[in-house]
Amino acid sequence: MTTYILKRFLQVIPVFLGATLLVYFLVFSLPGDPIAALFGDRPVNEAVAAQLRKQYNLDQPFWIQYLLYLKSIFTFDLGLDFSGRPIAAVLGEVFPVTARLAVMALIFEGFFGILFGLIAGLRKGKIFDATVLVASLIVIGIPIFVLGFVLQFFIGVQLGWAKPTVSAGASVQDLILPAIVLGLGSFAYVLRLTRTSVLENMNADYVRTATAKGLSRSRVVRVHILRNSLIPVITFLGADLGALMGGAIVTEGIFNIPGVGQRLYRAVLSGEGPTVVSIVTVLVLIYVVSNLLVDLLYAWLDPRIRYDS
Amino acid sequence: MNESIDIRETGSRTGRPLLEIKDLAITFATSNGDVNAVRNAHLTIMPGETVAIVGESGSGKSTTALAAIGLLPGNGRVSAGQIFFDGEDIAHASEKRMIELRGNSIGMVPQDPMSNLNPVWRIGYQVKETLKANGLPSGPEDVAKVLTEAGLPDAARRAKQYPHEFSGGMRQRALIAIGLSCQPRLLIADEPTSALDVTVQRQILDHLDKMTSELGTAVLLITHDLGLAAERADKVVVMYRGQVVEAGPSLELLRNPQHPYTKRLVNSAPSLASRRIQVAKDRGLESSDLLTSDDVVVEKSKPAEVLQIENLSKVFKLRSGFARSTDFTAVDDVSFSIKRGTTTAIVGESGSGKSTVAQMVLNLLKPTSGRIVFDGVDTSTLNTKDIFKFRRRVQPIFQDPYGSLDPMYSIFRTIEEPLRVHKIGDAASREKKVRELLDQVSLPQSTMKRYPNELSGGQRQRVAIARALALDPEVIICDEAVSALDVLVQAQVLNLLAELQSRLGLTYLFITHDLAVVRQIADHVCVMEKGKLVETGTTDDVFDSPQRDYTKALLNAIPGATLMLPPEVA
Repeated sequence: MTTYILKRFLQVIPVFLGATLLVYFLVFSLPGDPIAALFGDRPVNEAVAAQLRKQYNLDQPFWIQYLLYLKSIFTFDLGLDFSGRPIAAVLGEVFPVTARLAVMALIFEGFFGILFGLIAGLRKGKIFDATVLVASLIVIGIPIFVLGFVLQFFIGVQLGWAKPTVSAGASVQDLILPAIVLGLGSFAYVLRLTRTSVLENMNADYVRTATAKGLSRSRVVRVHILRNSLIPVITFLGADLGALMGGAIVTEGIFNIPGVGQRLYRAVLSGEGPTVVSIVTVLVLIYVVSNLLVDLLYAWLDPRIRYDS
Repeated sequence: MNESIDIRETGSRTGRPLLEIKDLAITFATSNGDVNAVRNAHLTIMPGETVAIVGESGSGKSTTALAAIGLLPGNGRVSAGQIFFDGEDIAHASEKRMIELRGNSIGMVPQDPMSNLNPVWRIGYQVKETLKANGLPSGPEDVAKVLTEAGLPDAARRAKQYPHEFSGGMRQRALIAIGLSCQPRLLIADEPTSALDVTVQRQILDHLDKMTSELGTAVLLITHDLGLAAERADKVVVMYRGQVVEAGPSLELLRNPQHPYTKRLVNSAPSLASRRIQVAKDRGLESSDLLTSDDVVVEKSKPAEVLQIENLSKVFKLRSGFARSTDFTAVDDVSFSIKRGTTTAIVGESGSGKSTVAQMVLNLLKPTSGRIVFDGVDTSTLNTKDIFKFRRRVQPIFQDPYGSLDPMYSIFRTIEEPLRVHKIGDAASREKKVRELLDQVSLPQSTMKRYPNELSGGQRQRVAIARALALDPEVIICDEAVSALDVLVQAQVLNLLAELQSRLGLTYLFITHDLAVVRQIADHVCVMEKGKLVETGTTDDVFDSPQRDYTKALLNAIPGATLMLPPEVA
């Protein structure tokens, strides 16, 4: 097992280099001069511009820029963003907010998705099942920005049950509605996945055998149907954490949440190479680590899966 | 109809029956309306008695048994009749009552040991929850005791393992342990050993017999194997198409079957008493000579030995730990040859290497050493083009007629595909050929338009045979080709294969674990054990005077081997 985990961590190195190089190159290739853009409508002061270019290494060719950036990562000094704040501080500010939002969304979709999916599976063809199936299809069919605005308007503005926008601290309470919006699509997916999986396991021979042993219905459901049905669902949820963090841009935009998505969007627009690459790199690392966790979780849930020997 | 059923009571036991099924009807709700799976079923089991229900798949035998433990599938229900367990009608008992009864009053040993243990829980845990649910002590030592009693060695350590770390036989022991752990008065054993090798089957059944007689447990044994039923049960109940057609003491029923279906079942039950299928009696001496003698008359110009296997070995590398591997010799220095137009059977238990030999003969697997000479040419020297031609002459029929046909292909497309791949004929001539092939395997030509899921197991296997015959092969490798079929269907398919052999001069290599099948179809037998060829000879020699202990053990393990069957009642 240790060998396997070590091997997986070694894989992070090429993924890290590839991702940073690619993203850095994409930002480098963006049309327009980011420094000139900083002056807005005012005339460009050449001396200041040259000074800024030197400060951000923009006067260097691509490879030098990239290598200097790599060096800054390994010396744990990510440099400053265009507003003069250390990038490390920016990351420390935005990531906790988005992580909170993504984890809340994950808990929402996991808990309700599995619960509803289980009930729907156990009562196949009944009213609950049919309703939930149609509803989940609708949720999957509507884009998140439509859902986001609709829920913001009705629940936030009309009914006043939640704040329509999130205040600076992005407290857990403020994030409930955004988290639901963010998790809705995956919730529908988790529900359907759980339902299918439960239906499959309900007819498994070992479930019949478990019943024949004299176990109560609730024990058969919990111990023999649910656990086996959760294997694909947990796999999906784990992989979804990374997707939720990266995919929160729209939700953060709608609810004005000062998270990763908003900051990344601004950085892309202003051509701040190091900021973009830093944020994306952290996202990539989260992706890689959550995928590794999923694989380990998978082996823990299903003893037939073993990674070494 | 029912009046004619003669229920011959043993008379030796008196008192109240433990299980009494009266006029039972079971209905399944399907999209095409209600289907009656069981009608007017009668059955009586006295305490401590073993009763077997025999029938083919779909006869309602399992359904009847499942009804007795309240485990009918969701769309099934008892639509008439009663099921008395110790005097109490449980046909419509509440789920709560059934949960009370299951485990400690009525236990079950299910059919397939591979799918009946939950793969994600340790064996010990699955035993433990059974004890706990029925209010028995469930400490580690209790679990180990239950497993030990079921014949599982080293039970305390084994209890910590997962099902996938167990062999089939060990899993079945674990399931028997679970079924008997709460000492039920009635045990429903639904084909408890049909998925196991014969020798393992015998051990397990012996052990089950011993345990149930010690505990005084009554057993309802469900099986498709009449020999096994007669050997293990006091009484046999024969079911056919949802009805009980005959019931009575085992030996009496076997020796003197009354109902036409039972007669057919008794006659087609493969046993040691049966003989090589003799086909084409109307063709006179020559064709029967063709089947039984070594002098083959077909195509004298070609070498008599169509396949020669010389010192064949196959070594697999098993990974053990990081970058290390150990060798596993699956096939060890095997040599034999097959004469044109004859049938050679390779028998052995799972893991004996018999299927590996078949795969190498089919050129699907490369031998580690040794040669396979087909029609005078070493098959390892063939290039891609020659292999393509070779495939045309050597065709396989596989075990599972459910898995080996593409569900998305119509029967026509399945049978036509090899012709198209080998670019034989045009569309019209190919269709004609498919029609001929369907005729040859006795399927109506209308089958062409149907899909595998619309056919029964026997029909599918006929399709598989037609597909194999499409290219007019010389050799057919049958890898457990009839193992998945019911006895009657099995007999039909074996007859068909024998008939095709006499008509087309085919050579068969039969891979099977079932010695009774070997007796019916083979001229020569090769017995394999742990990769080695331990005995070869003509079928009669091997069956009548086996030389090796292993062969003797295999022969003894055939259910019903010791019973006197009526010789050729037909």
